[in-house]
Amino acid sequence: MTTETVFTPAEAPAPKQKSLDFKKRFATLYVLLRHPSARLGFIIVGFLILISVFAPVIAKYKPTEFLDSGNLKPGSQYWLGTDPMGRDEFALTVWGGRVSLLVGFGMAAVAIVVATIVGMIAGYYRGWVDDILSLIINLFLVIPSMPLLILLSAYLQPSNSTVILTLAFTSWAFHARIIRAQTMSLREKDYVAAAVVAGENNMSIIFRQILPNLINIIVGGFIGLTIYGIAASTALAFLGLTAMDQISWGTNLFWAQNGNSLLMGAYWVFVPSGFLVALSALGLALINFGMDEITNPRLRAERQLRKILKGTKFQRVRITPVVRRTDPSSDNPS
Amino acid sequence: MKFILRRLVFYLIALWAAVTIDFFLPRLLPGDPAAVIIGTKGTAAMTGEQVASLRAALGLSDAPLGQQYLTFLAHLFRGDLGISFSHFPAPVTQVIATGFRWTLLLGVVSLLFSVIIGHLIGIYGAWRRGGVFDRVMPPLFNFIGAFPAFFLALITLFVLGMTLKWFPIAHSYDTLLKPGFYWAYFASIAMHLFMPALVAILVNLQVWIQNMRNSMIGVLAEDYITMAEAKGLTQNNIMYGYAARNAILPSVTGFGIFLGAILGGQVLIEQVFSYPGLGFLLIHAVGQRDYPLMQGLFLGITAGVLLLNFLVDILYTRIDPRVRAG
Repeated sequence: MTTETVFTPAEAPAPKQKSLDFKKRFATLYVLLRHPSARLGFIIVGFLILISVFAPVIAKYKPTEFLDSGNLKPGSQYWLGTDPMGRDEFALTVWGGRVSLLVGFGMAAVAIVVATIVGMIAGYYRGWVDDILSLIINLFLVIPSMPLLILLSAYLQPSNSTVILTLAFTSWAFHARIIRAQTMSLREKDYVAAAVVAGENNMSIIFRQILPNLINIIVGGFIGLTIYGIAASTALAFLGLTAMDQISWGTNLFWAQNGNSLLMGAYWVFVPSGFLVALSALGLALINFGMDEITNPRLRAERQLRKILKGTKFQRVRITPVVRRTDPSSDNPS
Repeated sequence: MKFILRRLVFYLIALWAAVTIDFFLPRLLPGDPAAVIIGTKGTAAMTGEQVASLRAALGLSDAPLGQQYLTFLAHLFRGDLGISFSHFPAPVTQVIATGFRWTLLLGVVSLLFSVIIGHLIGIYGAWRRGGVFDRVMPPLFNFIGAFPAFFLALITLFVLGMTLKWFPIAHSYDTLLKPGFYWAYFASIAMHLFMPALVAILVNLQVWIQNMRNSMIGVLAEDYITMAEAKGLTQNNIMYGYAARNAILPSVTGFGIFLGAILGGQVLIEQVFSYPGLGFLLIHAVGQRDYPLMQGLFLGITAGVLLLNFLVDILYTRIDPRVRAG
């Protein structure tokens, strides 16, 4: 998400020779897991993925079964009550994560691949290639995506894959623009010049020299897109524009709305699915936030400065610090 | 001037792209849209004559695509977007006109409040960075912004509208009142506007807070701020006259990009509160398979967003002399 991109894999804890290779390879992940907000984010997202995967084990009823009368209050039999059609709301909620998360992650994967390729090519080649690609990127940015999404969904046969594709189609442009800008600045770096001199061809330079240095932007973009994808697919389902035979957090909300649950005061039909959508957004945002702080030395320095100044009379600093604490005894967040 | 002209050309291209999507989308898909409509309406079989008239209403014909495209453009220039199915026999333009003012009202009110409040929070948060205010307000609105807009709208509708019964739960004014220039009518509009506007403001606040806070932090590191402090200017003077004034520029740039997203969110908010703006009409049209209205609305909303973007660009040249010169 940030444009500051000096990516230092930080100090990999120097342990036994054997495991060094493994730890080095996953150094980023280690660093990320040690960051408090990123760790909380991983726990939240991991929890959501787990309940979706183990939905059949967790929920004692099938989400498709019409068990009882509609809009029943939560109780010992139906933990979150029943929906307007008499299905178990708890089962619907845990099962709903499957489609919602799948569509969210799937759409983000498609969109980020398109964004990366278009962004890198536009930024690397410049000239008329960039002019055309930038025009396309800007067109997609300026045409309002939600109305376009609704229009596309109205014409296409609804299914998970069409939802993934339409969402990706309307959301890749923003990240393509960021990646393009970053590629343009990376292109000026000496190692790219060295690769040109060494006779590497353009594709190899783009994918072997530039791509690895874009990784943190790409991962950040992927996470941001997932947040958008989960929310937007939920919104589409809520409008009844996705496959209605599926169970997702959005379709749960659709049936709740259709069955006038709110009018009858059955808030328990609405709250769980909406809450989980927000929770997934929160978890993913926390991971992104942690990553930002790790890959952006400025934010990291700021955090350290705050720690140093704690308890002194200089608590309010307005400038962005550039100092780095080198005291090894401190618990360095990086 | 050159900058304005360049942007104008770009927006015209964008408008043309939207028109082209509008034209090709129903024609590129497999099968005959008329058949799709009949298939989904699908209760009674239609006579050949009815199918033919439906095709005519959709602007479909057996003429070559190029010719159809030209006819489509010609109709568009005359302001003819066809006849709405669901509001038959009202022309699409007329239906759009009824929704337009409500969307405009809701959009302007929510945008105005969210921009002003968001910027103030951003300015103050960056000024007292790490303080209590800064540690509570931006994360709080970030958290609120994580909820899908329509979900917040549902919760608001449930709590303020249905449980507490403070605000009317649907429509844009009391339909028993006759529209006119009198107090009760305006009061009714304001009461109906409150909940949708509140949700739209809450959802969008975080964008402006974040934009302004980030850009303030950057500006506060500048030498002229230190200089202003050294001169002993009042804190308020430095905060608003020196820092915020310069920090607001990048925030205005962001304005254009987020307009589309904000209007998109508004579509769903209008739907939940049955607020009869363009978004509500669009979703209604999709539900009714009213293809001419759907396409007209998409075009109308896009044109509106492009126009707003253009106005933001003009505003930008007003406040940043560098753009005017370059």
